[in-house]
Formats: sequence, C-alpha cells, structure tokens
Amino acid sequence: MVPPVIKGFKPYGASDAEKKDPVILLFEEYESLKLCDYEMKNHNQASLIMQVSRPTFTRIYAQARIKIAKALTEGRQIVIEGGKVYFDSDWYKCNSCGCYFNHTNKPALVEECPLCGSENVKEVDSDEAGRRIGNKDDICICNKCGYELEHKLGKPCASEICPNCNSRMKRKSANKL
Amino acid sequence: MKSAITSKGNSPDSRLDNRFGHCSYFVIFDNETGSTEYIPNPYKDAEEQAGIMSAKYLAGRNVSKIISGEFGIKVKPVLDSLKIQMIIFNSGENTVDDIINLIKNKITK
Repeated sequence: MVPPVIKGFKPYGASDAEKKDPVILLFEEYESLKLCDYEMKNHNQASLIMQVSRPTFTRIYAQARIKIAKALTEGRQIVIEGGKVYFDSDWYKCNSCGCYFNHTNKPALVEECPLCGSENVKEVDSDEAGRRIGNKDDICICNKCGYELEHKLGKPCASEICPNCNSRMKRKSANKL
Repeated sequence: MKSAITSKGNSPDSRLDNRFGHCSYFVIFDNETGSTEYIPNPYKDAEEQAGIMSAKYLAGRNVSKIISGEFGIKVKPVLDSLKIQMIIFNSGENTVDDIINLIKNKITK
C-alpha cells in the first residue's frame, strides 16, 4: 500500500482552527476510506486487502468517517499518522519521477532511481511515514532556543508553543540523541 | 536487464495498469537489445493468487524489475525471494511508452 500523499488537511476561513486540537486520522483509517470510497470496494474485499476481519474493517471504517465528520463540523485540522501499521523497510522514493522502489541488491548502496536514473532519491524512513507511532521517550524541542518539553502522545509537536520565545516546537526523536 | 511494465493494452500508448496480478498485459522491455514484448497476462482473471502466479511467470522470463501502480500484500515476499525489484509508479496518466523512455534516457545519460 502506498503511503498517503499528504500529511493532513487544514481548514480555511476559520481563524481559530490552528488553536484547536487536530483530529488524528490513523493510517489504517485512511486506507479503509481509500479502499471503500475511492476504489469503490465493498467491505469484504477491502477487509481481505487489509488482512483484517470484515467486522474489524467496518469498525475501522466507521471510525474514519466519525473523525472526518468531526473535523468538518468543528473546523479542525486533520493529521494523518500513526496507527497499527507495519512499515516495510528498505523502500526508497525518487523525488524526480515520484516512483517508490525497494532495494533487492543488498550489499550495494542505492544511488539512483531504477526508472529515471535520477540521483535525487531518498529512503522512505520511519521518520517520514511512520513518524509518530509513539515512542514515549520522544521530546518536543524549540528550534529557536532549544527548550525541551516531554512529548505527549497523540499531540503533534507543532501544536506546542515554546514558553520562552513563542515559536512552534518540533519533534526530537529519542533514538537519534 | 529486463523490466516488466503492467499495461492496460498491447500498444505503446496504453496506460500503465495500476494492478500487478490482474493487469491486462505485461510489457517486457529489454534494455540491452532495446526490444519490447507484449504478453497477455495469463492470470488476469484468476480468482486467487494472481499476483504470486504472475510473479513466478515473470521470474521465468528473467525479469529483474517490475513497474506497476500497486502490489498486493502477498506478492512482496515472493518477489523478495526471487530478487525482483518492485517499482511503484503511480502518477496516473503514464503510458507504456513514457516509462520505456524513462528507462532509455537513464541508460544514455
């Protein structure tokens, strides 16, 4: 399954939208919505693709709709992230032609896109796609003054404001310390 | 080195088929001889395991990479063990010819 092309949605026309907590749409909820309402599959077909039981699929799908309805009605942002997903390692993305590819020839390094030959390739790492699967040791950090705050699960660091200089905070992963 | 492209038809201006196992045609492009071959997918209408059967079929033709819109979840381990590279190319409007040109330009570069 291809990761979503965007990280979320922002409402426009409401000045207070950024102050409200965003709605967090999990990857599996996004996928269920895509399979059902974009690819027009029925619940049974979609549950087979996602390798969950049909009732479980229906539950995930119902949750997706509840969250989107909430975001639309209350004018909240939607952030697509996390959830119980398994990320395959060794996937790369070419920024030139936009394709994704995996790496079979292990010892060799990936230097170019197998399709267009561009050297502008990037590993699709957990930082990009599975960003916040929930390492509770992570911290939010202010880029300006370096102020650190314990990260709260489910709350994007960008919604935290640094108490010293009032700028937005960013994520600092515990693994990369 | 041979690349397989999943196609909706049997001409160079057919679109890329987004499904791997159930695609209409496989286009096999050999970048050493520059030849292309259009093969109807024998597993197009298979009820089950179309992806796995197709993967084995292409492996039998010495294909080393496959370009498609999406791969099913069961195909990945099979292709991994066959050492075939998967390339997901999903920009919608691309034709077989576009993709072959991308590969050709890569070689001349």
